Amino acid sequence: MDASTSVDTHHDPHAHGGEHEHHELGFWRKYIFSTDHKVIGIQYGICGLIFLFFGFSLMMIMRWQLAYPGQALPLIGEWLPYIFGPNTMPDGKMTPEFYNSLGAMHGTIMIFLGVVPVAFAAFGNFVVPLQIGAPDMTFPKVNAASFWAFGVGGVIMLTSFFVPGGAAKGGWTSYTPLSDIADKGPGFHMVLNGQSLWLIGFVFLITSSLLGAVNFITTIIQLRAKGLTWMRLPFFVWAQFVTAFLLLLAFPPLEAAIVMQLMDRTAATSFFLPAGMIVNGAPLHISGGGSPLLWQHLFWFLGHPEVYVLILPAFGIVAEILANNSRKPLWGYKSLVFSVLVIGFLSFIVWAHHMWLTGMGSTVSAFFQTTTLLISIPSVIILSAFFISLWGGSIRFNVPMLWVTAFLPMFGIGGLTGIPLAFNSADLYLHDTYYVIAHFHYIVAPGTIFGLFAGVYYWFPKATGRQMSEFWGKVHFWPSLICMNLIFLPMFLQGMLGMHRRWYDGGQGWTLSGEHIWGLTGFQWNTPISWAAWTMGLAQIPFIINFFWSIKHGKKVDDNPWQATTLEWTAPNRPPHGNFVTTPVAYRGPYEYSLPGRDKDYTMQNEPVEESERRPRKVTEPLLVG
Amino acid sequence: MNNPPDIAQDPAEHEEYAHGVHQHVSRYLMVGGLLLFFTLLTVALSYVDFGGFFSWLFHIHVSPDGGRKLNITVAILVAAFKASLVGLIFMHLAAEKRLIYRVLVFTGLFVLALFWLTYFAWYDPITR
Amino acid sequence: MEIPYTISTRPDTGLWNAKIGIWLFLASEVMLFGGLFSAYVFLRLDARPGEWPHGLLNVPIGTMNTAILILSSVTVVLAWAALKMRRYRAYWWYMLATISCGLIFLFVKLYFEWPQKFEHFGAFIKPEAREKYEQYLGNHHRESKGFEPRIEITGHLENHEALHDPNAKEYEIAVDPVFLDPNNPVNDRPHFLFVPPTDHVVKIEKEDVDRIDSFGPWHSAYFASYFTITGLHGAHVLGGVLVFLYMWLPVSKKVYQRNPEHLANRVEVSGLFWHFVDLVWIFVFPLFYLL
Repeated sequence: MDASTSVDTHHDPHAHGGEHEHHELGFWRKYIFSTDHKVIGIQYGICGLIFLFFGFSLMMIMRWQLAYPGQALPLIGEWLPYIFGPNTMPDGKMTPEFYNSLGAMHGTIMIFLGVVPVAFAAFGNFVVPLQIGAPDMTFPKVNAASFWAFGVGGVIMLTSFFVPGGAAKGGWTSYTPLSDIADKGPGFHMVLNGQSLWLIGFVFLITSSLLGAVNFITTIIQLRAKGLTWMRLPFFVWAQFVTAFLLLLAFPPLEAAIVMQLMDRTAATSFFLPAGMIVNGAPLHISGGGSPLLWQHLFWFLGHPEVYVLILPAFGIVAEILANNSRKPLWGYKSLVFSVLVIGFLSFIVWAHHMWLTGMGSTVSAFFQTTTLLISIPSVIILSAFFISLWGGSIRFNVPMLWVTAFLPMFGIGGLTGIPLAFNSADLYLHDTYYVIAHFHYIVAPGTIFGLFAGVYYWFPKATGRQMSEFWGKVHFWPSLICMNLIFLPMFLQGMLGMHRRWYDGGQGWTLSGEHIWGLTGFQWNTPISWAAWTMGLAQIPFIINFFWSIKHGKKVDDNPWQATTLEWTAPNRPPHGNFVTTPVAYRGPYEYSLPGRDKDYTMQNEPVEESERRPRKVTEPLLVG
Repeated sequence: MNNPPDIAQDPAEHEEYAHGVHQHVSRYLMVGGLLLFFTLLTVALSYVDFGGFFSWLFHIHVSPDGGRKLNITVAILVAAFKASLVGLIFMHLAAEKRLIYRVLVFTGLFVLALFWLTYFAWYDPITR
Repeated sequence: MEIPYTISTRPDTGLWNAKIGIWLFLASEVMLFGGLFSAYVFLRLDARPGEWPHGLLNVPIGTMNTAILILSSVTVVLAWAALKMRRYRAYWWYMLATISCGLIFLFVKLYFEWPQKFEHFGAFIKPEAREKYEQYLGNHHRESKGFEPRIEITGHLENHEALHDPNAKEYEIAVDPVFLDPNNPVNDRPHFLFVPPTDHVVKIEKEDVDRIDSFGPWHSAYFASYFTITGLHGAHVLGGVLVFLYMWLPVSKKVYQRNPEHLANRVEVSGLFWHFVDLVWIFVFPLFYLL
């Protein structure tokens, strides 16, 4: 149970083996501008969680408009204009422009300031070096630069709410030509307007991700401990490795497109503006010759790999916690690794399934439909492997495992409902409806975010030395799970009725939404959905309190409270700078749970293989590898 | 060409190694000269009317548009050759490790996918 | 706390950390410029006849700049070789040469090439009015030979105030030489040597003009791409120069004295970045200046 059987651990925070640390770093260098991967990981984590809650709050405000369009939002509606500006909610009633801003920024903030920083940067930074037995990332200063670029990008995005005209309104997809011409004209500043600030902030966020990706890939390749071969890596590390490649290679074309959109907005170029455009009755004084399609291709070239960036780290977290709490090895490790590599590769050649309505011909559509359907196969393999891993296990339903068990069917629903969207014929009807919103939210919300919550509860003891309250964890979990389904399940039906997304009045003014499903019209369904969303917001409060309270007052636990096998649990809680006193050596695979003939039901990766355990080796299997 | 090995700070090993690097220097200078020559060649070739030349050579008519396409092809081929010189010799790719190659191969595939699939989607007409 | 493999190589990969790091970064840069080049391709393919101009950039200056960048690639690899051979003095001179070449490249671009564009104007003649200016456009000749039509008259704008004054009825343009002899086959294709606008002023009526723009990014998809790509490329050149400066200043000598291989590795890594920047230019130059 105690991790110190094979590694000499002592909790002296000054323990180190290097020659450089002869003095304590000051407060700023230690906690604010730190280059330590653990501190940076926690910085990303806390900022990301705050952004997640902020983006969620934007949606909660939107949901009022959808349930009660045109009505004044009580109480909150009166002081919102003090924050966001007097034109946003005159008399507490939401303007269409403000609704659009909320929608665009909800998407942008949740994805790029919330999920990616927490799933990839926070968990990756904190856990990966520990799991591979490394003292830190290969480029600690670049790591710090990456966090601060994220910080600057986040501040710019938030600032965009407070400039004249408010935040960007053209959707998180920022389609041209609307985004080229929006927020321009009298009353708007040349650069300090919502749309341009969105673009500039995004450049910083992309820079942050690129630097992070370089760091992750190099670290995983170069700093694996002795004996930790590729096929002995925890699946979490594989998932982060592929995610890093997706970020590295998919983000730059979008960065190029963003530069071009900025040029369109500030230098009067026409990258995305065709000739003959008329705005507000007058022809635009532009050269023309551009194409809105160009933006869409470059955007979705990132946009599709981006959604795999959102899910793969969650797959990784789920894998770790699932194996740990079923006390048996993951089923199909090789299939999991192969699948995640195939997903990574295929994700680059499916993007046009977001563009079925742009008039592509049947040949190219057939190509993209094929690749899109193909990519569902490795996803199904991964989910199936997780389900099969449960079989015959002795399952412990602690709080992390609750989230993980819920993730499985939730992600299943999300993934399966994507299949109709893979066909351009079905998508002709479903495109831009609430069906699509339900589909992707099922994957990211009760999917990824449940995985992230699981990860927080799971690795909290390693970061703080204390455990979060199990009781309040369950109080957080059950309402969240129920509310998620109350919010998003009816949305599938709304979408199939034909209700479009981004409608400011929630479909009230549209005839088809007058059809009834289960007694309510599409529009009327907005009301229970909204109430579920607000309840869900309330359900997060126990989590926030639990999180901060447990840092100081949670139950103290030892270095391996979950009796896990991977290398991060051999390090002391609140690992010191340099992580391990003696560099770990890995002798076995990552999920050696319930090995026959052992007294414990888990065997850590750094425990040497005894003679009694030796069995005939395949030639390809290493005995002890350097 | 072998990538200069990772040398220790051992002066004896270094002496032998320094001699090896010295041999590479002449190679760098030669490649530099080649690059300058091919730059001038690119410029000169861009003023050659390949359309007219092909028309004369094959007794066919090549439109100015077709001729321009030929010029583009020639220029890109020369540029690709210059780029490979820079990559293989100056950037040591000719002697680089497998890992780097793998990263670059995948990058190349994805860049090609970006160009080709977008072109495909752009120009595949919805009606035939 | 030492991070392993910063200078020595890891046995199974044969690489040290920064080498992998820089190649990964360069892979992302390939995708970045790939995105920009793909924009160039699609905008050019979609341009209507005559809309994608040719011969508006100064080829001799562009060629010279290309040569300067190639020279700097040679000097940076020689700088690295000098470090590997432990010749710090030689390294210092080669690095100075590299930095100078980079700065000359930027200077030529920012003081000669770009400003020249903002002084040069093009008046796009409306399709229905092109017959009126046939003596300058020479489109009958071009059509008979299968060339794309000339759709704008370019040169130096003599009466700038006409741009804003609603009472001014015409533009006075001191035209480029090609418009004084448009039917001459010699003028069918761009010339190598750059010839400035003549003194011959042509009066073009405002109502015949679709729009009039200087050769800035707003002029056409061509100039939009030109300024964006060369601008981003120039930013990369500047970044490289700044990194090289840091490796050249006395602070680098301390790194060299502590562990010369460490500085050699840093120079190699920044050199790789520099070569990539040169690589991009090798494609930019023909695509924009020559084709």
